[in-house]
Amino acid sequence: MSVCRLTSIAVLLAGMLMYGCGKRAESVTLAGSTAFAPFAEKLGSLYMAQTPGVRVAVQGGGSTVGIQAAQQGTAQIGMADLVKLPPEAEGLTAVVVARDGIAVILNPANPVANLTMDQIRGIFCGTLRNWKEVGGKDGAITLVSREAGSGTRASFEQIVGQVKLSAGALVQDSNGSIRETVASDPLAIGYLSHGLVNAKIKAVTVNDQPCTTEAVMADKYALVRPIYLLTKGSLQGAAQSFVAFILSEKGQAQIRQDGLIPAK
Amino acid sequence: MRISGDKIAKYVFLAIACSAIASLLLIALFILLEGLPFILRYGPWKFLSTSDWRPHEGAFGIAPMIISSLWITAGAMLIGAPLGVAGAVFLSEFVPKSVMCIIKPTIELLAGIPSVVYGFIGVMVLAPLIRTNLGGPGLSLLAAAVILGIMVLPTIISISVDAIGAVPNAFREGALALGATRWQAVRMVVLKAARSGIIASIILAMGRAVGETMAVIMVAGNTIRTPHSALEPVRTLTANIAIEMSAATGMHRQALFATGVVLFVVIMILNSLAMAAMRRKGGR
Amino acid sequence: MRVPPKYTQMAAITLLGGATLLTLAVLVFIIAFVLEKGLPGVTWTFLSAEPQDMGRAGGIFPIIVGTLLLPLLALVIALPLGVGSAVYLCEYTRETRLTRVIRFGTDCLAGIPSIIFGLFGLVFFVGILHLGWSLLSGGLTLAIMILPTIIRTSEEALRAVPYAYREVSCSMGATRWETVRRVVLPNALPGIVTGVMLGLGRCISETAAVIFTAGTVAAMPTSAFDSVRTMAVHFYLLAREGISNEKAYGTAAVLILAVLLVNLAAYWMMHAFIRRRAR
Repeated sequence: MSVCRLTSIAVLLAGMLMYGCGKRAESVTLAGSTAFAPFAEKLGSLYMAQTPGVRVAVQGGGSTVGIQAAQQGTAQIGMADLVKLPPEAEGLTAVVVARDGIAVILNPANPVANLTMDQIRGIFCGTLRNWKEVGGKDGAITLVSREAGSGTRASFEQIVGQVKLSAGALVQDSNGSIRETVASDPLAIGYLSHGLVNAKIKAVTVNDQPCTTEAVMADKYALVRPIYLLTKGSLQGAAQSFVAFILSEKGQAQIRQDGLIPAK
Repeated sequence: MRISGDKIAKYVFLAIACSAIASLLLIALFILLEGLPFILRYGPWKFLSTSDWRPHEGAFGIAPMIISSLWITAGAMLIGAPLGVAGAVFLSEFVPKSVMCIIKPTIELLAGIPSVVYGFIGVMVLAPLIRTNLGGPGLSLLAAAVILGIMVLPTIISISVDAIGAVPNAFREGALALGATRWQAVRMVVLKAARSGIIASIILAMGRAVGETMAVIMVAGNTIRTPHSALEPVRTLTANIAIEMSAATGMHRQALFATGVVLFVVIMILNSLAMAAMRRKGGR
Repeated sequence: MRVPPKYTQMAAITLLGGATLLTLAVLVFIIAFVLEKGLPGVTWTFLSAEPQDMGRAGGIFPIIVGTLLLPLLALVIALPLGVGSAVYLCEYTRETRLTRVIRFGTDCLAGIPSIIFGLFGLVFFVGILHLGWSLLSGGLTLAIMILPTIIRTSEEALRAVPYAYREVSCSMGATRWETVRRVVLPNALPGIVTGVMLGLGRCISETAAVIFTAGTVAAMPTSAFDSVRTMAVHFYLLAREGISNEKAYGTAAVLILAVLLVNLAAYWMMHAFIRRRAR
């Protein structure tokens, strides 16, 4: 008896779940860059607060997922944070909504304060293996990098140039875990989106230029990549007005407040 | 009417019973369709035996990951199996029933704790301990093996306790009546009778250790290199898939599905070896 | 020179006891660690508010809802399939080549790591069936994942029902289906509930497959086609991205309490059931 009753309740529940899709709010789905996803989420909640009846859903996954999702229509808007868009992005409309500095980060206990571009290249290629070779204390360098396919890694390696990542590098799959790893290991070096630098780690100056919004705006800091929103065809409805909101003064001010660099 | 209704029920149940097989075939089909063409094109031997993994330069060798997966599993079993079986024996044979009634549910509760929690504790507590006391970056093969060894304890203990509990009391009484000590009775009679269940618990735990993904990503360091010591960071087959899948396209994506095929095969081999061992020993 | 059995027994008990104590100490440490860091952050607001600022502030209400809905959906799909399969294997057929194939398939399915289920869900449900990252994709994927657990435990439960019950029922003129429905299934219910709880536990604690198929959106779902975030995923993202360790521990504490509650409920239900039948 109770088995039958359980089954019917289950079927009912399932039916209710399905029924829900008949009257859903207009939704905008974004997918892609893990570096921009948190900011997009915040912009989304601001936008939802001022525009009732719209649901902004933000999905991570990485820049490559952003491009695929926009191509296949899984998401209306793809997010990518690459210096150069790959051939897969052909046919998509790309809008730069922000720029992002890539900070090279060390543990605060590390006395090294500046690295040149050549030193960074040497460290990540594995030719410089000890901190004393770049002016620090004696100790083997722990390399921390992002995974193959990450937009941050692709941009970092492109700007630094000729990086063939040392086989001994630790690999972490998000900005946050890079930060946590470097924060807990005094001999570690990594790189991440400059908006995510906090007190647990320190960003070095690169070629004597600090990684700050001002230095990036003045085109002095070299490690910078654009953040694209990618769409297939022309946007309509909520998706269009959400992109417009991000590009508006209010959206750009929020982006700057959160630590990214406004598009222009 | 009644009889035909019963016939209908039979065929409905038959159809339902095929659902597991159907899902298995569907999964195997999809993973193979995505992965096998790549393996054949790239060369199975080259894929399995070279150790250079540079997806953007067309180098796909997964030897270090296969070796790391096996080492981590072996390490986890070395830690988890003796502790778990010892715990199960002690709890079921040398501890009063009333204490057992509290401890067993607690241990089962631990099986429900998400692996990410274990992984996080590994990152926060274990990795710094290893780094300061033993050297290396802390995130390492050793850290992953210890965390997985702890993670599989509840599985081993709760299944082994059930297996030992299923041994008829008459066996113990018989041994005791012949003048054996409690421990002799356990070692010579109870453990022999419960052997297949205990082995099954270890196999299940092994499957869980090979297949574990998130906790391993957090504590293993994910370096693509064949380890020479337990203190070096390593990447497993599962970690390789989970870390790179979301951002992979084209050949790279196919290579990750091919990694999935290899993982699938490794698990099938482990399972059938274990099943065969269990049949041989259990049959006697 | 033989060591007297009394001494080997003492040595063995000391060793086993030591190992047990070590095991329990480690396990208790893990629970205590999480609860100690997490419980202070678990307030009514934390349970009832929406997350703000990527989870750095606010609560986890939509995430609790996601954690309830996703395993529920998976169970709704897997339970009839799992119990049905077990009924077929135990009640409707003898040992044939087909049942051996089915059992072998079930065992294989049980051994597949969750990441493979995630890959499959990503290709099949999210991609080919165009369900997107959604409650539905995640529920279907998890359902397949827990199917072998439910089949196996239900089968054990059905086999544990004494054969005489079936004979009595059939001798009174009941059809096989009536026997199954009125006699076998009710008696096997406690065992089936155990399987359900095991499956539920696996769904609640799963991370990899859920991220690949149900997505990570931390908002209240409005339909089965919306993405949801479960507590395990929320914990992973908070801890991993270093967003807020405090909220991460809070989530983990709620998760552990929830698992405890599920276990307690299962015990209570089973005992109530056994008492009622005993009357």
